[in-house]
Amino acid sequence: MSEQTARDAKELHWLVRPSTIRKLWWWGCGFLAVLTLADLVVHGHSYFWIDGTFGFYSWYGLLTCAAMVLFAKGLGVFLKRDDTYYDD
Amino acid sequence: MTTSIPPALILVLGGLVLPFLGGRARAAWILVLPLVTLALVWALPDGPALTVAYLDYELTPVKADNLSRLFATIFSIMAFAGGLFALNQRRVYELAAAFVYAGSAVGVAMAGDLITVFVFWEMMAVASTLVVWSAGTRSSYRASIRYVMVHLFGGVILMVGIIAHVADTGSVAFGPMRPETFGTWLMLIGFLVNAGAPPLSAWLPDAYPEASWSGTVFLSAFTTKAAVYVLLRGFPGAEILIYVGLYMIFYGIIYALLENDMRRILAYSIVNQVGFMVTGIGIGTEMALNGAAAHAFAHIIYKALLLMSAGSVMFMTGKRKCSDLGGLFQSMPLTTICGGIGALSISAFPLTSGFISKSMINQAAADEHMALAWLLLTAASAGVFLHAGIKFPWFVFFQKDSGLRPPDPPWNMRAAMILFAVLCIGIGVLPGPLYAILPYPVDYAPYTVAHVVHMLQLLLFAGLAFFLMLSLMKRTLTITLDFDWFYRTFGVSVVRFLLRVFGPVDRKARRTGLVAFGRVVHQIYRHHGPAGALARTASAGNMVFWVIVMLAGYLVIYFI
Repeated sequence: MSEQTARDAKELHWLVRPSTIRKLWWWGCGFLAVLTLADLVVHGHSYFWIDGTFGFYSWYGLLTCAAMVLFAKGLGVFLKRDDTYYDD
Repeated sequence: MTTSIPPALILVLGGLVLPFLGGRARAAWILVLPLVTLALVWALPDGPALTVAYLDYELTPVKADNLSRLFATIFSIMAFAGGLFALNQRRVYELAAAFVYAGSAVGVAMAGDLITVFVFWEMMAVASTLVVWSAGTRSSYRASIRYVMVHLFGGVILMVGIIAHVADTGSVAFGPMRPETFGTWLMLIGFLVNAGAPPLSAWLPDAYPEASWSGTVFLSAFTTKAAVYVLLRGFPGAEILIYVGLYMIFYGIIYALLENDMRRILAYSIVNQVGFMVTGIGIGTEMALNGAAAHAFAHIIYKALLLMSAGSVMFMTGKRKCSDLGGLFQSMPLTTICGGIGALSISAFPLTSGFISKSMINQAAADEHMALAWLLLTAASAGVFLHAGIKFPWFVFFQKDSGLRPPDPPWNMRAAMILFAVLCIGIGVLPGPLYAILPYPVDYAPYTVAHVVHMLQLLLFAGLAFFLMLSLMKRTLTITLDFDWFYRTFGVSVVRFLLRVFGPVDRKARRTGLVAFGRVVHQIYRHHGPAGALARTASAGNMVFWVIVMLAGYLVIYFI
């Protein structure tokens, strides 16, 4: 790292420094893993067969959100217009 | 006949006086009126408090029970916090209109008969239009006209429904109904128009973001939640509402994901949240109805909080597009924290108000073994975090640095945000007081270890999905076409097409008709005009001559 980039990194707010963001990713992913493993000890009442599967809420949240983003992206292909579309 | 002061009138009449006040008197008036309303609402005993004979009917303009008190309470609290937030709004008419609007919403909540509901319903439409209008821009004027058209249309449907229902039953009483007759169907449709239900949902994201930085805060609270109230009162357990509600939920998420305007993101998310309530009303069990009512209460607070934070950003920067914003957390820490608390509440994070209200609706779906509805509601809970819980704060307060360094807004705006942020957390940590004023006894414990862990899994993995797919969410300078395209573009094109095709035909037909008509007029004029044979004046001598001729003729005929 050159001196210039080191100084830029210092001037950035600590929350948006690349090193902080890297740490946030590691800690975040670690927490997600622990949270999913908590299913081994926490047994809630299951109402349907699917919500009793291991880590249901984790994978269901991830997959449905990915599906919603992709669906929105697909719909956007047909329905997106410039934001001046309705201007005269 | 019983009498008492209708709580609604305090805000309605007080609002009309507002433009004539200035300085401290105005500020005091703004803050005291909602509190007086709140006190009056809670002073009312259960049952009719005011009855008036009108035509052949006995109206009940004020009638209190748990459900009406709950909604009148949150409407009054909202008027207070909204008034506090808007104290430094220079357009005096906006707050006057907003208070009439809030008062009319209280009026709907306390109405014991359908005619009173309708009167306050229409007052809400007019007052809310003025709130949009008072932003004073050309786009807000045009949006307000589109907005009022949709609402007057919905109002006419509601009125025809009420008339048909009263003709059927002979009663104006407002109580639980089933959508089985012409009248009840039309009333249900009229109510749903204001709830932001399909196909007309577009009125909401079209009009609300065009209001001023403070106007949108008021708009987010009353119209849709008054609609939730009348659905709760009038159509609990109507199955069709489950499907309507689920559609609204996903419509809100998908459109919000595509949106660039920060306040329009939040407007779409109103439709999404009202969808949860409508679904709960459709499920119709006591748990579900309690959930819908509690969620409306919590929603008004956190949605107003989110829009206050967005309004503060707009007030300080003059910008509203995500693509122009970012990095504001550095100079607006309080706004960021309050907006963040609103975002966590709408996402139903543990220890926030959304957690203790929305989960009752999901629980009701599970209790009734509605597998599909439950799966969709659960996916939608994750989706809420995606579009409102992270997307809004991320693009406004974090993401790339826009270089903007505005400070936090003036004290009154900060105070309003702090008040609602405290309420979001307070209701989440201590749900007891809210549960105690719900329409039915509550038998539900939101804080179990499993529930907290599962909710955290669902939400945090939704967050992971957001950051993994961030490149797909890059903000673009675009809007997304919605149903309003039909009346903003398609309808206009149809009219232009008809003019082009039938214009010449019409012109020719009219010209031919005009020529033919001219000929007829000319003939009439020829005979009856001043110079016409039938209109010529004749002298008296002439007349005597012809009388003599006639009499002579008569004599001749007589003698023959």
